[in-house]
Amino acid sequence: MTEQDIASGVGASPAPATTGAGEVVLRLTDVVKTFPGVRALDGVQLEVRAGEVHCLLGQNGAGKSTLIKVLAGVHRPDSGHIEWRGNRLAFANPQAAMRAGIATIYQELDLVDDLSVAENAFLGHEPRRLGFIRRGHMASRTRQILGRLGHAEIPPGRMVRALPAAGKQVVSMARALSHEARLIIMDEPSAVLAHDEVENLFRIIRELTAQGIAVIYISHRLEEIREIGDRVTVLKDGRTTAANLPARETPTSDLVSRMTGRTIEYVFPDRAAGTVIGDELLQVDGLTRHGEFADVSLSVRAGEIVGIAGLVGSGRSELLETIYGARAAEAGSVRMAGRALRPGSVGAAVKAGMGMAPEERKSQALLLGEPIYRNVTLATFDRYARFGFTDVGRERAEADRIAESLEMRPRDVRRAVRTLSGGNQQKVVVGRWLLGDTKLLLLDEPTRGVDVGARAELYQVIRQLAAQGVGVLLVSSEVPEVLGLADRVLVMREGRVVRTAPADELDEPTVLDLVMAGSLMEGAAA
Amino acid sequence: MTDSPPTTKLPAQSPPVDPAETEAAGHATAGSTGGLSWWHGDGGEGAKRNLALIGVLLALFVIGAATRSDLYSNPDWVWANMLSILKLASVVGVVTVGMTFVIIGGGIDLSVGAIVALAGVWCTTVATQNFGAGGMIFTAIIVGVAVGLVNGTLIAYGRLVPFIATLAMLVAARGLAAEISDKQTQISQNGTINGIASTNLLGIPLLVYILAAVVAAGWVLLNRTTFGRRTVAVGGNPEAARLAGINVRLHTLLLYALSGLCCGIAAIMLTAQATSAQAAMANLYELDAIAAVIIGGTLLSGGRGTIVGSLLGVIIFATITNLFAINGLTTEAQNMVKGGIIVAAVLIQQIQFGSLSQFFRRNRLTTS
Repeated sequence: MTEQDIASGVGASPAPATTGAGEVVLRLTDVVKTFPGVRALDGVQLEVRAGEVHCLLGQNGAGKSTLIKVLAGVHRPDSGHIEWRGNRLAFANPQAAMRAGIATIYQELDLVDDLSVAENAFLGHEPRRLGFIRRGHMASRTRQILGRLGHAEIPPGRMVRALPAAGKQVVSMARALSHEARLIIMDEPSAVLAHDEVENLFRIIRELTAQGIAVIYISHRLEEIREIGDRVTVLKDGRTTAANLPARETPTSDLVSRMTGRTIEYVFPDRAAGTVIGDELLQVDGLTRHGEFADVSLSVRAGEIVGIAGLVGSGRSELLETIYGARAAEAGSVRMAGRALRPGSVGAAVKAGMGMAPEERKSQALLLGEPIYRNVTLATFDRYARFGFTDVGRERAEADRIAESLEMRPRDVRRAVRTLSGGNQQKVVVGRWLLGDTKLLLLDEPTRGVDVGARAELYQVIRQLAAQGVGVLLVSSEVPEVLGLADRVLVMREGRVVRTAPADELDEPTVLDLVMAGSLMEGAAA
Repeated sequence: MTDSPPTTKLPAQSPPVDPAETEAAGHATAGSTGGLSWWHGDGGEGAKRNLALIGVLLALFVIGAATRSDLYSNPDWVWANMLSILKLASVVGVVTVGMTFVIIGGGIDLSVGAIVALAGVWCTTVATQNFGAGGMIFTAIIVGVAVGLVNGTLIAYGRLVPFIATLAMLVAARGLAAEISDKQTQISQNGTINGIASTNLLGIPLLVYILAAVVAAGWVLLNRTTFGRRTVAVGGNPEAARLAGINVRLHTLLLYALSGLCCGIAAIMLTAQATSAQAAMANLYELDAIAAVIIGGTLLSGGRGTIVGSLLGVIIFATITNLFAINGLTTEAQNMVKGGIIVAAVLIQQIQFGSLSQFFRRNRLTTS
């Protein structure tokens, strides 16, 4: 299926249909979409065939999200056309796209937590008779779809809230199938999944494509694209820079250079010269929260990067939030530079010099409608104020400095954070703690949904902070990231620290082994 | 309603003023034309909304002029009528400033009318009146703040839903007011207090100055202080605010106390206007205030809003009341139109930011 390499130039016409794969089901020609001040899509070409996994590659801000939303009927393109199974169209709304057979699985899953699996799968198009929902029918159809997805073990009546992330994703896919989708768009589906769950996802995708369903797959992980993808289309600055590259054969350097316009090495920066690991900064003793984690002890020294590896659900995020005081510990203590912190008080933690970039940027860290500078100074605007009156000029100048040093794009700090890409939003959150005198930075999944280029920049920032004597406690699902950045690594499983060792004594297989030894619910299916 | 009805004739002491200018003057505290350097508070969107509201006011003026051209042909009458509208708006206006903070901060305060009544009744008891005007003002403000603190404590620390907590307070505070006053109307014997409503400075009622001062203070507090910044953060994303080290609960408490403070001030103004207080006073002020905040463009879900918009909302309502009064129409008809205005104002504001079709599409999808 990886037949040709064509159309690598901007504005090149899509490939002619060839043999070896299904017919072309979706074709986008010169699609343009502008928002006030931004040309989000500036001539996109895309061609997707039935039964293929078409990967969409591009940095944050390249226009992937906008493109998805155009296909899903959320945005209407300004110009250009979309041909879907032979008909030209522009969907007026998401329902129309769904009806036409295009389903989208967003990065932040759009499920209703307090409805059951079956109710979520058929949300908005419940089977009805005389205005009453046919619950039995709905449950049996859901069961049938889940079976098709290889997850017959998920009960249709179970509340979605009770499912792990991987289970929720299966429900999202069940929703897509309940619409008889012919094209499923997946926006970074692996971002919320642990390693073995990704394998399961791929198995499902293969089953779907075998049924002739087309998949548009978006991921930042090149190795995934190699494994699951058939063809790749690369976007940069809202344009297609390369279309229909063979997913397995195209060299990585080629893909990266088409994404970035420059060749970057996806490596961890060296430890800055002169980084000295100093005195003990954070000391955690016997920290416990029932049902989340138990008896965790750890320490972080000034200038040291400590990584925590573990699956979603291993208690790692809860641990971080408890150290930060966002949750109150039931037992144990947290000390900063020898002084015990009041449990359950973020204020005390911040005052003691802690800062945190939480796992969910949008819901936990950002005021999306507010300008960049106000988000950057959210934890520090008090310091610039005089007698309670804010000093916006200084705030903006400080935010400017941060934006400059983190290479934020766009650089204009008066722009609403909503308009930024994921990587730049993350820079805003991290940048918040570069102001003021943060001594210990807690990072929860700092590179989730962040593209390769911005990732390297973030790694650099983390290393620089350590060089300046800041202690860093880092949580990540990506083992290479933990191993590559951290001086010391803690492996967590089911709420307990199962291993602590210097990073250079561990390797990826060892850590994965430790992490997965007692994997959760979905483990058996992998 | 114990407010004084709109006056139709008042000696005009100033030269005739173009109505548009007067209305713009009310808006000048925020100055939509100012440079970006100091115009960061209400933001561009807010300014646009407020311009639309001024357009509505102008339209109402035109309607008034068309329906009662006999009155509107007299500039003295127009000026006097304008002042009576502002006077009418002054009490609810003060309450609305507090309400704007609460709503931007992600809450709601249904008890404002009841707090005004309780503060009014408490400050006009015989015992309180013995302490003179200072004692009465002090009492009204303390009662307002205290009730606000109770609301805030229940909501911030007792984790009650604001709607429930303040609904309960609405009932309870009116009950207490009836208890204290023994369901009687308490006459204010204090000349200083009563004078607040009848004094004019430079031809403009003192009540209007009080409104202007409260609005100006509110604007500064929201747009220029850390308190205002925290309000936006707490209402916009409480979790992000909390994780940034902001004491969300304490701030929530303070927001309701601020609303109570505004109610205390309003209680004095209303008591002065009626030269009396009773448990039924300030009836349904909560609805007037919330409606004004909404048509002023503040998001009910919190995190965004403007003081100037709320002020314009109050003035629009007062103008409608006035318009109906000068045309001799009933309050029933008035209420129906007010309801329509709330819906229309919100629709117009939404459409302002895009085409009509975009508006309908945006409301059909809730996923993004």
